[in-house]
Amino acid sequence: MSGLRISGLTCVKRDRVLFEALNFQLMPGELLYLRGPNGAGKTSLLRIITGLSEPESGEVCYDDMPIASSHSFLSALIYLGHKAGLNGALSAMDNLQFWLAQHGTEVSPSGIYAVLETLGLVGLEDIPVRLLSAGQQRRVALSRLWLKPAKIWVLDEPFTALDIAGIAWLERQFKQHVDNGGMIITTSHQPLSENAGKHSTLDLEYRF
Amino acid sequence: MWKWLHPYAKTENAYQLCLTLQPWLWGCALVCLIVGTVWGLAFAPQDYQQGDSFRIIYIHVPSAILSMSTYIAMAVAALVGMVWQWRTAYMAMIAMAPVGAVMTFIALFTGAAWGKPMWGAWWVWDARLTSELILLFLYIGVIALYGAFEDKQQGGKAAGIMALVGVVNIPIIHYSVEWWNTLHQGATISKFDSPSIAPEMLWPLLINLAGFAFFIAAVTTVRLRSEIVLREMHRPWVKRLADESGVA
Amino acid sequence: MKHLLLGIARRDVRIAFQQKAELVQPIMFLLMVVTLFPLGVSPAPETLQRIGPGVIWIAAILSSLLSMDRLFREDFNDGSLEQYMLSGMPLSGVAAVKVLVHWLISFLPLLVLSPLLAMFLNLTLDMYVALIATLILGTPLLSFVGAIAVGLTVGLQRGGLLLALLLIPVFIPLLIFATSAVDSAALHLPYYSQLAIIGAMLLLAAASAPFAIAYSLKVSQN
Repeated sequence: MSGLRISGLTCVKRDRVLFEALNFQLMPGELLYLRGPNGAGKTSLLRIITGLSEPESGEVCYDDMPIASSHSFLSALIYLGHKAGLNGALSAMDNLQFWLAQHGTEVSPSGIYAVLETLGLVGLEDIPVRLLSAGQQRRVALSRLWLKPAKIWVLDEPFTALDIAGIAWLERQFKQHVDNGGMIITTSHQPLSENAGKHSTLDLEYRF
Repeated sequence: MWKWLHPYAKTENAYQLCLTLQPWLWGCALVCLIVGTVWGLAFAPQDYQQGDSFRIIYIHVPSAILSMSTYIAMAVAALVGMVWQWRTAYMAMIAMAPVGAVMTFIALFTGAAWGKPMWGAWWVWDARLTSELILLFLYIGVIALYGAFEDKQQGGKAAGIMALVGVVNIPIIHYSVEWWNTLHQGATISKFDSPSIAPEMLWPLLINLAGFAFFIAAVTTVRLRSEIVLREMHRPWVKRLADESGVA
Repeated sequence: MKHLLLGIARRDVRIAFQQKAELVQPIMFLLMVVTLFPLGVSPAPETLQRIGPGVIWIAAILSSLLSMDRLFREDFNDGSLEQYMLSGMPLSGVAAVKVLVHWLISFLPLLVLSPLLAMFLNLTLDMYVALIATLILGTPLLSFVGAIAVGLTVGLQRGGLLLALLLIPVFIPLLIFATSAVDSAALHLPYYSQLAIIGAMLLLAAASAPFAIAYSLKVSQN
């Protein structure tokens, strides 16, 4: 398992070079904490890693294959971006069941209820998602991490709208995932505490 | 075969190419336009049926033909940009677009102006004029779409797709409008069909056609240069260029 | 794969029926636009019959432009589109299914309303049959080709009017052939050739548009 390899990545957005010739590797069992001020290109980098955006040059490889031609990459990936990916008119259960079907994973309804229970969403599973608070919606989005068995977690500011207990809990989940051989890349505006365990850091600068 | 084109994927090389080509294009454009227009407006023989008013074809026909060719050139540039991921291709497409739109407008204006002495009406819904009008809408759509994007690279790709959709539709639109015209006007001959054109009338037309083509190319190179400099403002070669020419 | 695409269809249908009010608005718009013509032009039966096919088709195009915007906007804004793109399903398949579902949901009310429209504009039965035939073949064409432009404008703030600017020139051939078919029906002339041309355009669009739509969505996501 050679993990994720990023080589020579250059990103240009709105004719501004965000980062140039970026190289790094992420192996199973590693947590990478991406740091940088607003506008430095953290979200762009994450989106390029998932394949949603095209870089100006360079490539992202998983298991030594470019992600565009890798058959296993998407099934091994969960991406949670700024947007929750939930339709407001449907309930959390509906949203998650549709999502699981699209991503080729089968989980019984009781299994989904159990995960939502661990996230503190008892009683909120069957009402339209738009009626939930921002923090509750974030938890529904996060529940995907325990519904689809995926090695790679790419998370853009996952702690948004979570309370202090929630943040600590999520950090412990990160440590558990990494200890089990998974890999995580995440950004956050606050530093990761020791709950998250050992992690490496990548700093992006704001370039003019 | 197209290897010689590859260096121009880099904006710096494309910029230099524009600089070298510009004086030649302007020169040829000026020569052809002066010769063609003067010959056509003053020296070509009068038309048997239409008298002197037909002379407007020396402006109308080249602009109409080239408005269509420029759209096709835009679509080719868009295709090159899409397939080979060249930024300069998208920039060239956007450089050409307003020029083509103005050509279309000239064609419409002169076409309508021709109608007044002939048919007594400022505007007739004849097949060719209607097709030109729709072509103008297609141009405006591409230009508007590009302008709506903050990220010009994204905008270039989006406008490129619309240009390709438009180019696929142009023959469909052309033939459907022609057919629609026959439905509603019966067998009137389109005023833009000339039975056969005498050589003394043909030459100034061809020279003007070449002249307009050089003109479009010349204006496009100017616009392409500005587009390149605007988009690549932060690159070192642009900064060097600005220092050398003593700007700011 | 078919099972997955059906899942998308079910999701879209369920979402659409959660917002029933929105489903009715395009059809009300169509009805009101059609009503403007007797008021603005003339209520004389002969005039209405003469302009009827054009009026209904123009109103259908305008109402379709208004409702098309919701094809991808909601999914784009709430992040569902991103998740589709990461699911491993071919985006062209997803797009095709969404367009078809959207078409069915918008077209069926139109079909139900059409006898009323035909009555308002004094169309004969022959004309009405031709009209329905052109609508069945032509409205999916509107949806497929329109979706390409919708994909491009989904990330823009004020996409609506720009969408109309982009699409109206492209819809003109369809308008010409559809109205000509109904006019021919009024004169008891055959109109198979017009229908065949519309059918050909529809097949071309159905085959190629999904890929163009997928590309447009990827450009917007960038």
